[in-house]
Amino acid sequence: MYSGHHTMEQEAQALVDEFAMFDDWMDKYQYLIDMGAGLPRIDDAYKTDEYRISGCQAQVWLRAEDNDGRIRFTADSDAQITRGLIAMLIRVLNNQPARDVAQADVSFLDGIGMKDHLSPTRKNGLDSMIKQIRLYAAALAAKHNTTSQHRATT
Amino acid sequence: MDPATLPRIDPDTLRADFPALSTHVYDTTVAYLDNAATAQKPRAVIDRISRYYESENANVHRGVHAMSQVATNAYEGARAGIGAFLGVDDVGEIVFTRGTTEAINLVASSWGRLHLHPGANVVVTEMEHHSNIVPWQLICQETGASLRVVRVTDEGEIDYEDYERALAEGAALVSIVHVSNTLGTINPVERMIDDAHGLGVPVLVDGAQAVPHGPVDVKALGCDFYCFSSHKLFGPTGFGVLYGRRELLESMPPWQGGGDMIEEVDFDGTTYNHLPHKFEAGTPHIAGAIGLAAAIAYVRGVGFDTIQQVEADLLAYTVERLGDIGGIRFVGTARRKTSVVSFLVGETHPYDVGSILDRLGVAVRTGHHCTQPLMKRLGIPGTVRASMSFYNTRGDIDRLAEGVERAAAMLS
Repeated sequence: MYSGHHTMEQEAQALVDEFAMFDDWMDKYQYLIDMGAGLPRIDDAYKTDEYRISGCQAQVWLRAEDNDGRIRFTADSDAQITRGLIAMLIRVLNNQPARDVAQADVSFLDGIGMKDHLSPTRKNGLDSMIKQIRLYAAALAAKHNTTSQHRATT
Repeated sequence: MDPATLPRIDPDTLRADFPALSTHVYDTTVAYLDNAATAQKPRAVIDRISRYYESENANVHRGVHAMSQVATNAYEGARAGIGAFLGVDDVGEIVFTRGTTEAINLVASSWGRLHLHPGANVVVTEMEHHSNIVPWQLICQETGASLRVVRVTDEGEIDYEDYERALAEGAALVSIVHVSNTLGTINPVERMIDDAHGLGVPVLVDGAQAVPHGPVDVKALGCDFYCFSSHKLFGPTGFGVLYGRRELLESMPPWQGGGDMIEEVDFDGTTYNHLPHKFEAGTPHIAGAIGLAAAIAYVRGVGFDTIQQVEADLLAYTVERLGDIGGIRFVGTARRKTSVVSFLVGETHPYDVGSILDRLGVAVRTGHHCTQPLMKRLGIPGTVRASMSFYNTRGDIDRLAEGVERAAAMLS
């Protein structure tokens, strides 16, 4: 599921299709909650303020690692719906090239039929999560850019 | 009043007075159980505010023209009505503010700057709202004074022995919440005021969560300051009241400068207006005052006997219905409570439960409720809080209980 063999677009479309199977909002919620169980968990040692995302009513920790230019995320939350939200984002963005993640289109969130819940004005922290993911990705992309330029000039 | 003589209460008639209670969220009518955050407004308040803007709008206190006189009469008439609601005849003791928060900031800044100094203690409790903590922290930083925080028991009551110790240690001022917004605990403010006064210590009471649920007579209480917000008492937002004893208010310097608060302005020195205008710089929230007065008239019409009877029933019914749910844990089990029920369900996060309740059209608040020190004291990240008003019904509580059960099943 998190293998990164799919493109972001493919993975996002798969998510939209999966959510479309449920008519009832409760089933969508349940699916979101269940998705949280598949989240690549952050090591407990990193559940510190440094990795905490502010702006969420629940606590969220997110860590990014460099996997040879691709960005690998681990995360967790103490709330299950929040954990599901971050799992959904990571499923699409994990193991993708950092520079793509930095500019990722997250409009698939509108397509899964939970707009009432996923509105950025809600205190669910979704906005902060997306912002933090892009920050990590931009930093990693910049690092690789510098490295490749360095290689080119030597 | 003898309960037998009370008129029969028809909940549907009362509800019909509040248009917002018919609001549809998702595909259902809202069950509004977030009254401790803000209360809905009766038609009488909405109409009164509309009438003001439609036919009376003018600035107060300065116009020579007829409309200004009408607006001034309505505005100052509101002050008299609000004073009477608190048992105050002297309208000079009723200062209008933007809300409870601003009222406390006013006292902290004006009274605090005059009286606080290194070594002086301001006594608060662990169950204060942030608005009765942070203004004091700010003025303590400025003056070198300290906060003395009185402990709260596991049940959510003030540890009275610790309060007595705090007084004995020496206090410059006691600033306490009348009713806890998070727990609904009704604090024994009469006794706390008497004990503080016995040592010559003035007392401010944060009444934001008290005035919607029962009569408050500040003269009978004997407190030195009392404040509340209009919007929790079925009035408009952005408006509130600070009662202060005349002698204290007279001694305090103005807080904000501007128009309306002056008598004469001269570059060699400005003299200030008399009370309460000394503390009311700038054009005030005229519609706010008029709207709150209408809200108070409405509440008086319903009567606190009725309100307390309905809310006591709703509180008992909520505890009964939620109490049947496995894994439920009530947070705040004080002996005297208003109709506020904070709870946790098993290991679930309040945010998850609140989100699912929301989707079922049940409006509750989740989180720390602006009382982070209290959450820390109780060792929890937050709670789900259902806060009832007299216009709620047992049907609303049934929806809450069914929603909590559903959430518990989904999150298990």
